[in-house]
Amino acid sequence: MSVALYRIDDRLIHGQVVVGWGQPLNIGFIVLVDDNVSCCDWEQDLYRMGVPPEMEIMFADVITAVRDHDAYVRDARRGILVTPDISTMHRLAEGSGTIAAVNVGGIHHRPGRIPRLRYVFLTQDEERELAALAASGIRVTAQDVPNARPVSLPELLASKSPEEKSE
Amino acid sequence: MSGRICRKMTSSSDENDSSEQQTPPRAIVAGHGLLPQGLVNAVDCISGRGSAFVVLSNYGLAGADIEQKLREAASAHGIKVFFTDLPGGSATLSVRRMMRSDPAIVLVTGANLTTLLEFVFQTDATPAEAARSAAEKGRSTIAVFADDTASHAVGGKL
Repeated sequence: MSVALYRIDDRLIHGQVVVGWGQPLNIGFIVLVDDNVSCCDWEQDLYRMGVPPEMEIMFADVITAVRDHDAYVRDARRGILVTPDISTMHRLAEGSGTIAAVNVGGIHHRPGRIPRLRYVFLTQDEERELAALAASGIRVTAQDVPNARPVSLPELLASKSPEEKSE
Repeated sequence: MSGRICRKMTSSSDENDSSEQQTPPRAIVAGHGLLPQGLVNAVDCISGRGSAFVVLSNYGLAGADIEQKLREAASAHGIKVFFTDLPGGSATLSVRRMMRSDPAIVLVTGANLTTLLEFVFQTDATPAEAARSAAEKGRSTIAVFADDTASHAVGGKL
């Protein structure tokens, strides 16, 4: 099979990933790429607990994920690769050079971020980094769950949050 | 608040009854979407003890924000017991993180209505005892009622 979904999600492993995407895609493994988690056994135990026994979870820092990316793609099972932020996905995409599409699944509110969708808030730097991903030939869309409509990057960056629209 | 919602739905005559006994918060119910509010509202409709819970939805929150809100709510009410809906959910992971620094925390995940109802009536037990009893009760009441003959007749097993 291959990596069916490359997802940026600041919650990493949670219900939407494991159940929402994991079940319909029949996911056999998840690769969690996060420099802060890959070096911490306790954090890994925490995320391992959130994954059902039939699903394998692998942890990697960006360098390791770039090195092992071909193996993820060649895995006989179908997988999800998740990063906590745009920057991590960008580094991975640059390093591997073979990622075709990236899903923006959840980037939540922080000071300095502008609301774009109810589950996507972006700083200007983050918007530029998403645009750079797209400029490198990667299809970038925002979509929290499989049955939601994928939102293209131009539409995402032009959109206002539901709260702003009602004003 | 949950009690008020239930009473609005069932009766409006006692809405301003200042003598109403409010059960102080003893646990936090956290999870996805409107489920925490819905569960606690149902507890209140059935038992009148919905105020035993503080509710928190993870909707629209990053993992760190969920944890911060859980910590604030727990601190404000002196709460050590948490109920969450999904073992792999972000609320569950947040509470597990809190347990790293506070071993007195008790977490029940996979909570259902029966679980919460059992908990609110365990008033004499310690929080950990009440949580264990509630979890056992909630687990034991899940059942499947199915007529295999009927399901085959309509095209296969469910």
